[in-house]
Amino acid sequence: MTPHPANPHEIDARPLLEQMLLIRAYEEAIVAGSDAGTIPGTCTSVGQEAAAVGVVNALGADDLILTNHRSAGHLLARGADPGRLLAEVMGRRDGYCKGRSGSLHISVKELGVVLTSTIVGAELSMAPGVALSQGMLGRPGIVACFFGDGAACEGSFHESLNLAALWNLPILYVCENNHWQAFVHRREAMSREHVSEWASSYGIPAHTVDGNDVAAVLAAARVAAEQVRASRRPYLLETWTYRTRGHFEPDDQSYVDPAERAAWLARDPIARCRDRLLADGALNPSQAAAIGDRVATRIHAARAFAEASSYPAADELTRDVYA
Amino acid sequence: MPTLTLYDAIGAALTEEMRRDRHVIAFGEGIATKRHDLVAEFGALRVRNTPLAEGIIAGTAVGAAASGLRPVVDLLFAPFLCYAMDELVNSAGKLRYMSGGQFAFPLVTLAMTGAGWGVGAQHNHNVEAWFVHSPGLKVVMPSSPADAKGLLKAAIRDDNPVLFFIDIGLLYQPGDGPVADEVVPLGKAAIAREGSDVTLVSYGKTVHHCRQAAEALAAEGISAEVIDLRSLKPWDAATVLASVEKTGRLVVVHEANRLCGVGAEIAAVVAEEAFACLKAPIVRLGGPDAPVASSYPLEQAFVPQPEAIVAAARRLCRRQIA
Ligand SMILES: Cc1ncc(C[n+]2csc(CCOP(=O)(O)OP(=O)(O)O)c2C)c(N)n1
Ligand SMILES: [Mg+2]
Repeated sequence: MTPHPANPHEIDARPLLEQMLLIRAYEEAIVAGSDAGTIPGTCTSVGQEAAAVGVVNALGADDLILTNHRSAGHLLARGADPGRLLAEVMGRRDGYCKGRSGSLHISVKELGVVLTSTIVGAELSMAPGVALSQGMLGRPGIVACFFGDGAACEGSFHESLNLAALWNLPILYVCENNHWQAFVHRREAMSREHVSEWASSYGIPAHTVDGNDVAAVLAAARVAAEQVRASRRPYLLETWTYRTRGHFEPDDQSYVDPAERAAWLARDPIARCRDRLLADGALNPSQAAAIGDRVATRIHAARAFAEASSYPAADELTRDVYA
Repeated sequence: MPTLTLYDAIGAALTEEMRRDRHVIAFGEGIATKRHDLVAEFGALRVRNTPLAEGIIAGTAVGAAASGLRPVVDLLFAPFLCYAMDELVNSAGKLRYMSGGQFAFPLVTLAMTGAGWGVGAQHNHNVEAWFVHSPGLKVVMPSSPADAKGLLKAAIRDDNPVLFFIDIGLLYQPGDGPVADEVVPLGKAAIAREGSDVTLVSYGKTVHHCRQAAEALAAEGISAEVIDLRSLKPWDAATVLASVEKTGRLVVVHEANRLCGVGAEIAAVVAEEAFACLKAPIVRLGGPDAPVASSYPLEQAFVPQPEAIVAAARRLCRRQIA
């Protein structure tokens, strides 16, 4: 087996670009639907595509993922069907959770995306138990737990890291530090600049990576995941990124410093990736256009699928409460 | 008949279930210290002490339960459950439903509560109704060592999260030893004493107060039936309704605050389903809307005592005769 390159310059970013474009197009379809009143608004991951794609592509099929309210990037990068995701967002029966979740807590067990919660920090509280099962039942996979900078301010973050360090749990903690915790800037909420600084006090190795550089994220996540796999101990990777749209659709972002946002828009992860590929000659303009067409076709089909899916029947109201 | 305390019964249930199923694990604040026999038999990986962090203890149980283990966690005293509410209520109770049935949460949470040790309101608070009110959770509270053992075995085998409340006042009182490997099904009440004039429904230590009341009432010629609910969710409405259809009178008794307590639900269901059988109004006896004091007489005054139960039952029976 050829080892996966951990050097960003050796990574073929073309498939990553396509995944990022798919996520962006999916989120934009939701924004358009939200504006038109046809799709419920969501917490989009626009601007954070590289952070999701880079990490998820470093994981193996046996690895498990816990995520949160801002999950479209993780789910799509993991191979979720955008049609079933959109059906879930729209409360339709063909959604991954039979329309009972909506956008905020989508789990897809068959893809290893388990126990999604919209309670900020709940993914952190459940990750140790999932990792404990992996170890005690002799399963090979590690557990990747995605959470925000806001979640890092919850007690569950600190309790989770302490326990994972103490019990040697194979968890890759992934903090997507997007600078916002709903309507509060991280500067107003965190005693430190970086969440990775907090990890070191639990004896957990940590690293902050440019979360808007997909190759850099993938390379750093490979190193991190390999370390968790080899040591069966936790690691914290912080992806330094930015939520360029609002907390939830619609959100006029009147509270956002325009200069800060403009600076991050200039570092858009998709434009950076595409421009680099074009400049390197790894992608030509017609190939780039073909990727765009494939993505547009998939999202178009996803919308059609979700719209054609019916709402759950009334007798679903009390099904699956108890096992 | 061997005797056993409720504390021993819990240990016996854990031992039998951990022997039966290697997926059963136990962890909590000091469980490995207090139950070293479990550590000796099952090893330090299956029986673990934890940090003092109820949220992560419960959350870890939730994550482990959803991924193949069957954790039993000891959160010590019921008021400490407040630190674990998100994990129990929002995660364990809801994520099965919200995920369209993708996950199950076979986990048991142990918590002690009730009068007896004078520990005050931050160690003694009968919060069982909170969890009855939360979807996706089951709730039990045994009144005897035999039931504690049988219910814990059933709770461990159940695929749903179960809150297992332990009445502090009963913890070290010896009782009849349970039959080996007997499972008490969840949702099934026990008729602790048969009677024909009035039904006394209770759970936990007040079952014993009801039994004492029934003795006293018998001396007055009033025949009281005592029902021990054992499970609060699901609760055995059929057994309660059948009894009320026979007696026509109902007194519901529990130590927890009467206001929106489990007894309110029982009274409401009986009023809805068996109104025509009632010969007198339903009476609920429960604690006041106050934190429990640690001072012994006040702590006792919080709990419906046998005399109050006798008086209530007598009133109901006289009312009919008059
Ligand atoms: C316990 C809890 N508190 C508050 C909220 C409301 N809320 C939802 S998302 C969010 C911000 C979370 O910030 P962060 O963890 O940084 O994630 P991000 O939204 O930036 O991806 C808040 C406050 C919640 N869902 N749960
Ligand atoms: Mg954030």
